[in-house]
Amino acid sequence: MKLDVLYFARLREALGRDRESLEVPPQVRTVADLRAWLITRGEPYAVAFGEIRRIRAAVNQSMATDDTALIDGAEVAFFPPVTGG
Amino acid sequence: MPVRVQTEDFDAGAEIARLRAGDPRVGAVASFIGVARDINDGSAVATLTLEHYPGMTEAALEDICAQARSRWNLLDLLVVHRVGEMKPLDQIVLVVVTSAHRGEAFAACEFVMDYLKTEAPFWKKEVTPQGTRWVDARETDDAARDRWAQPAAGQRA
Repeated sequence: MKLDVLYFARLREALGRDRESLEVPPQVRTVADLRAWLITRGEPYAVAFGEIRRIRAAVNQSMATDDTALIDGAEVAFFPPVTGG
Repeated sequence: MPVRVQTEDFDAGAEIARLRAGDPRVGAVASFIGVARDINDGSAVATLTLEHYPGMTEAALEDICAQARSRWNLLDLLVVHRVGEMKPLDQIVLVVVTSAHRGEAFAACEFVMDYLKTEAPFWKKEVTPQGTRWVDARETDDAARDRWAQPAAGQRA
């Protein structure tokens, strides 16, 4: 499955990238699976996802939860808690 | 277009006038303006930079406006949120709600801001004398949003 993965704010800076196109293995089915798989890729993912608290996710530009399912071609974003307004 | 994300400043008076122009049903206009402060968490703030998630931001704000419309009998709604670099005294966000009576306009305006603070993908970064830092989310903002989950919180009877 191919995913477009985006990162914002503190997480974007910690990873040194704002987006990447990733081919993920078949066991990656949900947001939680993707996060775990990214961390297994080592640095900078392990440190960034470990140090930034309460990272949230969106799938196809809608707020998602850990068990939100991923589909081929989805746009998945990870980011810290929002601070607008 | 009830939602705008822009780098330019806004003129609240002109926005309000445009929103209620020619609509004699409007009996109440409630508005909120969020402004950049000079001090945050004990540090002087020189500049504030707002990052967002283009596309999702607009969708999230439109969804919040739709939720407000479903909870209260509103005539119109407007949200303008700035992005990019700002300084203390600058305006950041404008919410305007029109309705027939004040109770609905007041409640909906506060509801939109409480949800915007916790659900719309914006992030603030500050430049202070101690360096550059990302602003941390506040738990009090989550608590403010969660009040609306209780059915009695400011809703129509």
